This record gives sequence, C-alpha cells and structure tokens, in this order.
Amino acid sequence: MKAMNRRKFLQGSLLGGAAASVIGKSKNADASATFGGYPEAMGVLVDLTRCVGCRSCEAACNKEQGLPDPAQPFDDLSVLDHERRTSEGAYTIVNRYEIPGQDHPLFRKVQCNHCNEPACLTSCFVKAYTKTPEGAVIYDPTVCVGCRTCMVACPFYVPAYSYSSVLNPVIKKCIFCYDTRLKFGRPPACVEACPREVLTFGKRQELIKIGHGRIRRNPDLYEDHIYGENEVGGTSWMYLSSAPFDQVGFDTHLGTEPILSYVKEFLTIVPMVLTIWPALFAGFHLLATRKEAQKNIEKSEK
Amino acid sequence: MEQIPKYLLRTVMAMLLCFSLSSNIAVAGDGPDEVVIESLATESNCAVCHHHTLGTEIEDENCIRCHAESGATDEISCQECHSSKRFEAEYLNKINEDNTLYHRDRLGLKAAFHTRCMNCHEEMGVPNGCQDCHARTDAGDKFFHSGNYAPPESDKPVSGGH
Repeated sequence: MKAMNRRKFLQGSLLGGAAASVIGKSKNADASATFGGYPEAMGVLVDLTRCVGCRSCEAACNKEQGLPDPAQPFDDLSVLDHERRTSEGAYTIVNRYEIPGQDHPLFRKVQCNHCNEPACLTSCFVKAYTKTPEGAVIYDPTVCVGCRTCMVACPFYVPAYSYSSVLNPVIKKCIFCYDTRLKFGRPPACVEACPREVLTFGKRQELIKIGHGRIRRNPDLYEDHIYGENEVGGTSWMYLSSAPFDQVGFDTHLGTEPILSYVKEFLTIVPMVLTIWPALFAGFHLLATRKEAQKNIEKSEK
Repeated sequence: MEQIPKYLLRTVMAMLLCFSLSSNIAVAGDGPDEVVIESLATESNCAVCHHHTLGTEIEDENCIRCHAESGATDEISCQECHSSKRFEAEYLNKINEDNTLYHRDRLGLKAAFHTRCMNCHEEMGVPNGCQDCHARTDAGDKFFHSGNYAPPESDKPVSGGH
C-alpha cells in the first residue's frame, strides 16, 4: 500500500509540474510583449546637423561628474582626428566624420543612450542597474562585482571599466546626471553647456514629435529617421542626422527588438528546469528501482 | 595647429565665456542676457538680418502661411520667444500641456544667439570661432582644462577603459 501511495504521489506531482510549466509558459508569452519604456521618461534629441564639435559637452560632463583630468585640454581639437569611445574617465565623447559630398564634417556625441529596455540591466546578475521612471539607466557601484557582462551586452559599447583602480574596479558610464540633475527635473550638464542646442532635452514622447517635425520641415536636410526611436526597443537619447546613419558611426543593423528578447525565451526555462527536474529525475529513479523495492517489501512480508 | 580646421578651433575656444555666462544666469536671473538683447536690438547689422518680429520681409514659405501680414512686433525682445530657461521643468510642462501649440521646437536664448550669429558669420566669411567673440577667461581655462590648467604633456594615448 505504501508503495502505491508514493507512486500516486509522484505521478500527481509530475502532472502538477507539467501543468504549472504550461501555465507558466503562457504567462510568459504575455510578458514577452515589449515594455516600450516609461511614459513620462525624459530624453535628449541629438541633432548632428547643429554640432560644430566644440567639445563643451565633454568639459561639462567632466566637471559635473568629477572625472579625472583629461589627457589633453577640452579645447584641443586634435583628439577628433581619431575615433574614440567612452571610457572610465570620459562618459561622453565627440567624434568627427567626414561625409562624402558634404562641405562640413558631422560630429557625433556618444554617451549612454539610456535604452527603454537596457541590455546591461538585464545582463547584470547582481541587479546593479536600474532604469528610473525619469528615463536614466543608473547603477549601484557598491554591488558591482566587476564581471563586465554589461560591457558585452551593451549594443552601443558604452559601459567602461575602471581598470586603473587596483582595489575596487567597477563599471563606469553616463548616468544622465541622475543624482545631481535629472532627479530634480533639470537637464544633464552637457545639454546645459551646449551652445547651439545640438542637444534638446524633454519628454521622450515629445522629442519624437519634435524630431519628426524637423524632418518634415527640412526633408532635404535630414535623413528620414530618428535613430533610437525604435532601435533595440527605443532609447532615451535619440539622433537626427543629415548623412546616412552608418556614415556617422551608428550601427544600423541592431533591429527594433530589445536585446532582452533574444534571451527571454531561454531564460524563462531556467527556473522551470530548477524546480521540475529534481522531481522528474527522482521519479525516474524511483520507477527504475521500483521492482527492487517491491521485492524488498515482499521479502519482509514473508 | 595648422592641420586643425580653424573655424572649429575658434568655435571650441569661444564656448568658454558662454559657460561663465550661463552660470551667472543660473544665480543672478536674466541680467546679463538683457544687456545683450538691448545691444542687439539697436545694432542694425544684426537687427536687419533677424526675422519677422523686426518687420523683415519673410522668405520662408512655411512662415508666410501664418505670418505674411504679421509685421514688426510692438516690443522687440529675443527672450519673448527664445526662453533662457528652455529646458527647465516649468517651460517643458507648458509645452507638454498645450497640444495646440505650433511652435513647440523653439530654440532657447543661448542657442538662438549662437546659431544666428555663427551661421551668419559663416555665410559672410568672417571670424566664427568661440574666442573670436568671447575672450577667454580664467574660469574658461579651468572649465576646458586649458592654459594654466592644462594637463601635463603626455605621449600616452587617452585611456580606453575597455
């Protein structure tokens, strides 16, 4: 009798587990709809046609974030001769691009784009990252373990690592001036510093309207695309350009799916595996050794 | 120096005074800006090239649709349209709350000046760099880590951090 009860119990739990996994799956299917970002999120529209490459934004960022002294002065434009990336000492940088057929080069400011669904955030296993309702992607360096997965995950190659720190190396990146400005409804330092309003600060939804408005009024000037409106699920920082985006250093093959979507299906299976597999294989084991157990019982009854 | 495009170099450098100015504005209201506005309004060179608020004939077809008969405004003030607080919450909320507003993408005061002046300077082929208009100050040197505040010469490339 005892053996029968146990078998029934196991069968029941297996069925239950299977049912739970089916229900769990359908729930996850609903959740796989994209988040689309906080409705009240702020953003910045970067208009490449206005930038003259003065690097004021870099200087302002350095001051606001208390970053180390630069290797060269911010008014030294020879740094523009080489394409640069953001680093532990520079959360934003400006690159210059010569455009065939245009008199003037274009300048592109690079910083964290503050994705609606950040790949860095979803890749971080200690949950160091937070997407705030104001739109900023911030992080808690005190919990960062230095695994650098976010650096691999970021489609824009933004997070940098403080390799120079011997004792406590952590991730470093633009935080939209969240602590000192955005939290209080103020624009980031770079926006305030920009003399030509290359950077327009506002609600992300409003910026999309403004961007399309500029394209509509100057169809000959602008590419008919706002980079970041839909890229990788949308970003808080978006760009307008007068040259094709692949000519000014943008990756135009990122698609519109958040990076998370590529791994979400797989990741939902992980907890299922952890909860069901022990019961499942314990069941297999008991079934396989059932005859032996019965023999033992029969023996003892005799 | 020679290989650097001159207009760029100048532009970069001139930003300095801007910064010292903007920090003043944040503390002391619109004082410094008003002075500039007054001087611009009386200077024929800049006043003439400015748009319809000064009575200049409108050329942009899109503007003509509403402003063909607008003429000069009674009071001429850049700040009337170009806010010195373009990105402050109060201004942004005002735009967001008014769905019927057509001019929702107006330049702020600082950018209005810079784009007007610089674009015209470029067309006219006159000096157009930052320091051509703004004398470099000590605060500017500090901000740009230049002059007395310049980092020591180094052959090392800028640290990548990757």
